[in-house]
Amino acid sequence: MDIWDSIHECMPREELEQLQLERLQATLNRAYKNVTCYRRKFDELGIIPEDVQSFDDLRRFPFTTKEDLRLNYPYGMFAVPLREVVRIHSSSGTTGKPTVVGYTRNDIKTWSHLVARLLTAAGVTCDDVVQITFGYGLFTGAFGLHYGAEQIGASVIPMGGGNTEKQIMIMQGYRTTALVGTPSYALTLADRMEKLGIDPKSLSLRVGLFGGEPWSNEMRREIEQRLGIIATDNYGLSEVMGPGVAGECLERCGMHIFEDHFIAEIIDPDSGEVLPPGSIGELVLTTLTKEAVPVIRFRTRDITRLHYDRCACGRTLARMEKTRGRSDDMLIIKGVNVFPMQIEEVLFQVEGCEPHYQLVVDRIDNVDTLEVQVEVSETIFFDEMKKQRAFINLVEKRLVSALNVGCKVKLVESAKIPRHEGKAQRVIDRRKR
Amino acid sequence: MEMLKVKNINTYYGQVHALKNVSLHLRQREIVTLIGANGAGKTTILNSLSAVTPVRNGDILFEGEPIHALAPERIVELGISQVPEGRQVFKPLTVEDNLELGAYLRYRRREGRAKIRASLDEIYQLFPRLRERRRQLAGTLSGGEQQMLAIGRALMARPKLLLLDEPSMGLAPLVVQEIFAVIAALTRDMGTTVLLVEQNAKAALKLADRGYVLETGKVILEESAAELLENREVQRAYLGKEKKEIWER
Repeated sequence: MDIWDSIHECMPREELEQLQLERLQATLNRAYKNVTCYRRKFDELGIIPEDVQSFDDLRRFPFTTKEDLRLNYPYGMFAVPLREVVRIHSSSGTTGKPTVVGYTRNDIKTWSHLVARLLTAAGVTCDDVVQITFGYGLFTGAFGLHYGAEQIGASVIPMGGGNTEKQIMIMQGYRTTALVGTPSYALTLADRMEKLGIDPKSLSLRVGLFGGEPWSNEMRREIEQRLGIIATDNYGLSEVMGPGVAGECLERCGMHIFEDHFIAEIIDPDSGEVLPPGSIGELVLTTLTKEAVPVIRFRTRDITRLHYDRCACGRTLARMEKTRGRSDDMLIIKGVNVFPMQIEEVLFQVEGCEPHYQLVVDRIDNVDTLEVQVEVSETIFFDEMKKQRAFINLVEKRLVSALNVGCKVKLVESAKIPRHEGKAQRVIDRRKR
Repeated sequence: MEMLKVKNINTYYGQVHALKNVSLHLRQREIVTLIGANGAGKTTILNSLSAVTPVRNGDILFEGEPIHALAPERIVELGISQVPEGRQVFKPLTVEDNLELGAYLRYRRREGRAKIRASLDEIYQLFPRLRERRRQLAGTLSGGEQQMLAIGRALMARPKLLLLDEPSMGLAPLVVQEIFAVIAALTRDMGTTVLLVEQNAKAALKLADRGYVLETGKVILEESAAELLENREVQRAYLGKEKKEIWER
């Protein structure tokens, strides 16, 4: 199989580590010089970036969290003046302020090349027709894959999200060979084809690159079986760059992390201690080549494990397992980040709602569903149907506008939701992991 | 393959901490340039590699062998030659004597006249002007010719790695072009690896494969030369494109 950048992807580990060290030292020096937030944090801890001599020294540096990015909204984390930024993206921003990231001209080039690596690793070539079903916009998914696919010379169809029947029509007509999107959307497409009586095997589809949300190997098998394709996983997050942090090769034994551009650590999410190689824990990433927004030890909140043994594909890069969920309680529903805290905030503002609620998340016919069960005062619970209906409508409407994702509200009699000692169990996630 | 690997070197001038944990590498046949303002530590890196100003600590591996504790002449013997800033040719000697002095260690090793003669011919092919002036005293050469002589003298030791310090300094643009063309030919035809320090960052980046940007003894950027040319911070500070402003809102 082809390798996009064999010099770097197959570098002897010793040479890779030298390159990582050089870039790490440069990144720390530059972040300290150009980003006030980092300078303040390092100074407070008495850490001098120029003293760094090894990866062990990196462990002394503080973590960067999503909260840091929010506090410095919008441009406070930028290491270059805005006029050098040619693109601005943002995370979904469902809790309060979104996080903003920028890209210089070089960052966009680097991004394209890294996505080109993962597309090539998944077997995509210049002969493929790539249909992108991620939404274009502030979200990094669509643009990242788009540029990567153009970089390798594939033909890109920038469909954007939704409009399922048209997607299928285009897929037939344009003879799409590679599908890009969320794994759940792949199944939505499969469902619709079934309804329309279209046999996926009559299409030209042969490979799918899915990301943007956690998905299981069971789901992979289902996608592969129903669409008749090879489904590969890739990983990224907008704070660090977007897609292009890691991607699966056809051995499909984990996603190769592009370590010449990112340093990956695994930590205990509670203590923050770095865990020995092979441990399961939270992934922490440091960018090595980003110009506009370098991030030092960014806590991804994604739980995974790294493997350093050599992959049969020839790449020397470490591999990360599929993410096993989030270290905090964030839920990803239909690709949108939802925090129980946001729901709580909405409920608190509605008169009649009591501060006891439970979220039931499920996946029905491959679509994520969210049910918000909330305790209400007796007067509302025993109110006439019409008023109760209006009350539910009001809560649902407020929740939709706060969450950007639809949900169902169910009223529960006071004290019906089980109480727990200490931390309440707010979320019941019935989706298979 | 990695030819030179430098890890965490620290060099001092008395109390002055001139290089602070500098790490860099060169692959075979690469041209790598160091850019940065005056006093950033570019020349100090070259002098540290050639042991003219030995490092206080850190590792320098040349073809896998540690060289940071070796004497300058031993380093030349291993295959690293430096062309110092300001050429430093021996002005009262002839051009050819200058060149032959560059092969001093080879004479001492008793390599034989014929081989050294062959090298001399190679240099004359590279710089025909030096052949024309071989009997002339070096002090009577123009600046450009002296630079050619300094490079030629370094090449007489048949280095695998050439350290070039400000070869364009004080030279007319056409002469600079000529010298840079020779540097490109060195890697292309003779397989020499080059570490280039240049005030003329733009010309250097056009020639080089990669570059490191230095500031007050620290590396702040490692990128491909093409990326560095596109990097606006570099453009602003070293390519003279805009006035220097770090932040604006």
